[in-house]
Amino acid sequence: MYEQMVTARHYEERLVDEYLVGKQPAFDISAGPIPGELHLAAGHEASGAGVCMHLRDDDTVTAPHRPHHIAIAKGVDLKRMTAEIFGRKTGLCRGKGGHMHLFDPDVNFACSGIIAQGCPPAVGAAMAAKKRNTDSVAVAFLGEGAIDQGGFLESLNLAAVHDLPVVFVVEDNDWAISMPKDRVTDVQNGAQRAAGFDLPGVRIDSDDATAVYEAAGEAVMRARDGNGPTLIEVQVHRRMGHFMGDAEAYRPEADIDRAKERDSIERLAEDLRSHGVTDDELDEIRERAHERVEEAISWAKEQPEPGPEEAYENVFTNPPAQAATDGGSAADASGDADEMGGDN
Amino acid sequence: MATESRDYTEATETDRELTMSRAMVEAIAWEMRENEEVFYMGEDVADYGGIFSSTTGLLDEFGRDRVMDVPISETAYLGAAVGAAQAGMRPIAELMFVDFFGVAMDQIYNNMAKNTYMSGGSFSVPMVLTTAVGGTYNDAGQHSQTLYGTFAHLPGMKVVVPSTAYDAKGLMHSAIRDDDPVVYMFHKRLMGLGWMPSPSGPKTGVPKEDYTIPFGKADVKRPGDDVTVVTLGLHVHRAMEAAEQLDDDGIDAEVIDLRTLVPLDTETVLDSVRKTGKLLVVDEDYQSFGVTGEIIARAAEGALDDLSAVKRLAIPDVPIPYARSLEDEVNPGTDDIAAAVRELHE
Repeated sequence: MYEQMVTARHYEERLVDEYLVGKQPAFDISAGPIPGELHLAAGHEASGAGVCMHLRDDDTVTAPHRPHHIAIAKGVDLKRMTAEIFGRKTGLCRGKGGHMHLFDPDVNFACSGIIAQGCPPAVGAAMAAKKRNTDSVAVAFLGEGAIDQGGFLESLNLAAVHDLPVVFVVEDNDWAISMPKDRVTDVQNGAQRAAGFDLPGVRIDSDDATAVYEAAGEAVMRARDGNGPTLIEVQVHRRMGHFMGDAEAYRPEADIDRAKERDSIERLAEDLRSHGVTDDELDEIRERAHERVEEAISWAKEQPEPGPEEAYENVFTNPPAQAATDGGSAADASGDADEMGGDN
Repeated sequence: MATESRDYTEATETDRELTMSRAMVEAIAWEMRENEEVFYMGEDVADYGGIFSSTTGLLDEFGRDRVMDVPISETAYLGAAVGAAQAGMRPIAELMFVDFFGVAMDQIYNNMAKNTYMSGGSFSVPMVLTTAVGGTYNDAGQHSQTLYGTFAHLPGMKVVVPSTAYDAKGLMHSAIRDDDPVVYMFHKRLMGLGWMPSPSGPKTGVPKEDYTIPFGKADVKRPGDDVTVVTLGLHVHRAMEAAEQLDDDGIDAEVIDLRTLVPLDTETVLDSVRKTGKLLVVDEDYQSFGVTGEIIARAAEGALDDLSAVKRLAIPDVPIPYARSLEDEVNPGTDDIAAAVRELHE
């Protein structure tokens, strides 16, 4: 768990370095080796690692727009994920998704850029598991700014009424971009919302990875045993702006300082030391993590960009046999009925 | 799963006639028997059997686990269908009225339609979104739209619009077996409901065995030399009636049923336009930025030199009105189609 957290933290620190290349002195979001927006999760590591430690490859995770720590904890291919963030051909999504839209079918991971959007598909994955009589589970991660979204509340209800094996994990970093939590909800303990659906709700009121691990263990086991969904809310901290380039003018200095003081990684390191893990051992873990990150970034940077013609690929898994706008023969499309009605 | 498919023109002749809803359900039931991964969910689809009889009888045969009534929460259950499809199952999820898409459009066009592309092809979303479309029964602005163009405009969804029982069955087999998300838009007026009489056209002979109709193949419903009429859904039947009237006047109209909007059979339209030189497009969707403009643009791109006249008939950019006199005014009728063809023929 510590290694996953350290990997995620270092990964994001290195992404900052790479992201800023070419974007200074005048910030241009489209310049440099990493295009587009970048939302970093430094300070969120406890939830990703604490929950995903309980998951197998056949369990499904959907993550929000701040996905890296969760992806790393779930075992997403780090090299291909990095190549995707750099917009390369060999990226997880062949350069068509980017950092907010990472998909890795090998470990059943997906994330999305729209608030609470991953909740219904997680419910669907859980539905599939139940219908197939497997004991796999689904976990939907979302931020505290998403708990007012209808999609989240509808998903809690649908999962509850069908007793589906799904765990909802709210990462509460107190800020929905510039909106502080107390201005968007009167329910400061988001886990209480579970009661409205007759579900268990647990809040971990600190970024204590061990406490998350224990609560998640119970929730995942409950889901695997066929006893239905759980809502977990974890207090985390946002150590950076909402996105790279966010000057955070709306955020009190003291809040930023507090986020940096309360560090889940330091906290877990203390716990480990108190259980007899030596500094050397912790250093060794950190070094191993750093090496893995450097390797992924170097590999990604060497990868080619996709060719322009690839922009037209992957709209469909089973594409129509002709491009309708090019005046090509539609009759060609009808020739192979087997293809059009393709089996799976 | 059986993969046998064949061209619709070779289908077995049959005396057995079915309504469009019965034909749809027959295909769904066949696929559910063959493949345990196929299931159906939606509002009132189990005990009720679908408000428009889209699932009649399925609960009895397949039980609640495979024919699921869901809470009124389109975002949750349409998104859940996406999740189940990405997990490899083959869900069919029904949106009761297409007009309700607004409450769940994020899951439809940002997840269902885009995840294949955004994942670089590593995930497929083999689901069918069934939905009822169309007016002509005085249900006003929130329950009478067709919205063909909305779904066909946004990339990543295949869009199917059957107009007969024969097509409804074959296209449903194709839709369920397809590895991509398919939006299957059935017109309420064509379903053969006891409480909403259909015109005579949609009830057709339907073979008992399974068969697929390939997407992207329009059906030339009536060959003709003078004017091409391109349409879909309910208006196929109105165009056919108009063509019969016109025949008495010595005008030979060719009627083309598009059947699928994505993919679109441009070539059949172009072949017809090259022959007749005159094109009328009829659509029950709003006129601007829709199917009528798209077909005319493609005809212009592909056969401009052959075109001597074009015209379109669609809902003239007003929400669907309630009163019978108002709805009749804006929804293209048989006489409107005949008049438009006459105008083109002059």
